[in-house]
Amino acid sequence: MSEVVISARSVSKRFGSGTHAVHALDDVSVDIFQNEFFTMLGPSGCGKTTLLRLIGGFEQTTAGEIALEGRVLNDLPPFKRPINTVFQSYALFPHLTVRQNITFGLEMQNISRHDASKRADEMLELVRLSQFGDRQPSQLSGGQQQRIALARALAPAPKVLLLDEPLSALDLKLRKEMQIELKRLQTETGITFVFVTHDQEEALAMSDRIAVMKSGKILQIGTPRDIYETPTHRFVADFIGDSNFLQGDIKQNGAHAVLALPGGQNVSLANVETGIHLSQSATIGIRPERLILHPAGTHNTALRGKIADVVYFGTDTTYHITIDDQTALLARVQNRDGSTMAFAKGNNVDITLPAGAIRVLVD
Amino acid sequence: MEIFTRHKRFWLIAPAVIYIGFFMGLPLVQMAYVSILERGVNGGVEWGNFSFDSYVSFIFERDLMDNLMVNTDYLQIFLRSFGLSALTTVLALILGFPTAFYIAMQPQKRRNMFIFLVTIPFWTNILVRNYAWMLLLRNGGLIDHLLASVGIQTGGLDILYTPYAVSIGLTYTYLPFMVLPIYASLEKLDHRLIEAAFDLGANKRKAMTRIILPLAAPGIVAGAILVFIPCLGAYVTPELLGGGKFMMISNLIGSQFGAARNWPFGSALSFVLLAMVLLAMLVYSLKFKKMAEDAS
Repeated sequence: MSEVVISARSVSKRFGSGTHAVHALDDVSVDIFQNEFFTMLGPSGCGKTTLLRLIGGFEQTTAGEIALEGRVLNDLPPFKRPINTVFQSYALFPHLTVRQNITFGLEMQNISRHDASKRADEMLELVRLSQFGDRQPSQLSGGQQQRIALARALAPAPKVLLLDEPLSALDLKLRKEMQIELKRLQTETGITFVFVTHDQEEALAMSDRIAVMKSGKILQIGTPRDIYETPTHRFVADFIGDSNFLQGDIKQNGAHAVLALPGGQNVSLANVETGIHLSQSATIGIRPERLILHPAGTHNTALRGKIADVVYFGTDTTYHITIDDQTALLARVQNRDGSTMAFAKGNNVDITLPAGAIRVLVD
Repeated sequence: MEIFTRHKRFWLIAPAVIYIGFFMGLPLVQMAYVSILERGVNGGVEWGNFSFDSYVSFIFERDLMDNLMVNTDYLQIFLRSFGLSALTTVLALILGFPTAFYIAMQPQKRRNMFIFLVTIPFWTNILVRNYAWMLLLRNGGLIDHLLASVGIQTGGLDILYTPYAVSIGLTYTYLPFMVLPIYASLEKLDHRLIEAAFDLGANKRKAMTRIILPLAAPGIVAGAILVFIPCLGAYVTPELLGGGKFMMISNLIGSQFGAARNWPFGSALSFVLLAMVLLAMLVYSLKFKKMAEDAS
């Protein structure tokens, strides 16, 4: 892996004091690498924006430290950090033209007017708004304002660019465009992007690595593929994509462990890394597309269930299945070649869970 | 919206139109009429005898040989009034902007309390407040005492009945008119713009001069107008704190209707003042109309 740019060590942030104190961040540690598109993903109130604001210098840590390339930033005010921010509301200066907005950061670095103007042209070209330099921000559409906010933050060539849910105000089509645009800008400029969002699709589409956050803690850090395929927590599996959760007790059955479901059936955990002791209760997670459905009675070791509902989506079909009339499962089957395996509502099915697709999750 | 026909809409604003027409328009016309009449021998006017003498005597006086001579006395009072009003406006801005900024940075609850405190002086009659300042400023007054008690012997401040006293009094009187509009413009200022300025490398001073001040400009201009124009017409404060030795326009006009018994001249002075204020406003509105157009 390449060099660490941002390093947060045991960072805590508390707002208020006494009984009204809110622990926005609780002992968070994370390393963000050079030239990385790093996303902090989580529901509102999980602390992702707080961590971003701590990196930007807009808030002070209650405990722990944040370092940029090894240098501790804690006491450095925002204007002394080589880090720029794209704000959720864009925060373009309404009394300045687009060009003046872009050159603002450069002028603060005492870069000559001529060089700043040249740099502004480059930035306008980078975000493909070359002919808009002399407009006022209020004359631009939301998507254009977004690009100008990006150009303004990128102009001083920061070491790190912070993006605080920058796409949340855009409509779906524009958001998709900007996702591609952001990824392109990150690759072209080689600047480390730290992106905050609550939109899991956005995170999966753009990020090199994702940190999933909940209640002031980072639950899991990994590539989009890691996060989706091998979630460590029930929350992570639930927040990103769809997931089935089965709860039961771990028991020994012959050579290997099984998960005993409350209805009496067992899920084989052979070849599954459980890390959990016998007779402990556990939750396992499995993605709907990883379940394999068979006609009833064809697989002895399979879970037996009943199709409760069938929803046809064109590219795939989703089966709602109940096991022992109490556990609900979701299975998604791709409709290839018109699909020969069409089950109907009310059918009994055998369900096998591939060992590689089962994840034992922390609650 | 065709709920109100044109006819009915007129009746909605009719009370205001009638009120302003009767109590402001009519007296103005009367004043304009009086200003072009001859003065009566014992005060009042000679109705029907038209003369522009009043306007002429603003700048000229007749010597014994009935020749017109330039007399700058009145012009000086006007200039002095403008100068003093400008000084007061600047003082009010210097004191008012930080105050408004401080209030705007407070939590919502405390802001309302501060704004309430700013308006408290209005609860007391302006005459009483000016007498209070006389007590504060006079030799041997409270300020004198305080200075003496910390070891500064002034030997009497000698500030009461000077232009400085008038300016202090006017600044005090009109400060809320500066604070409130500036506060209004700072209060709706998006805090994230200041953060964005910091983020882009602006220190506090740069953020103030490049972002906060320009965005607060409409409030500053409104405050300046609200202080400057009433200052020009101030009567009580120069009368009391200036001790009558120091005349402003209003005192001059007042004296024409009073002791000098020259109603046409008093009216003429009023109209000269009105013309000057309107001219200033016209220049301002043209300038800001252009700025507003540039901004949108």
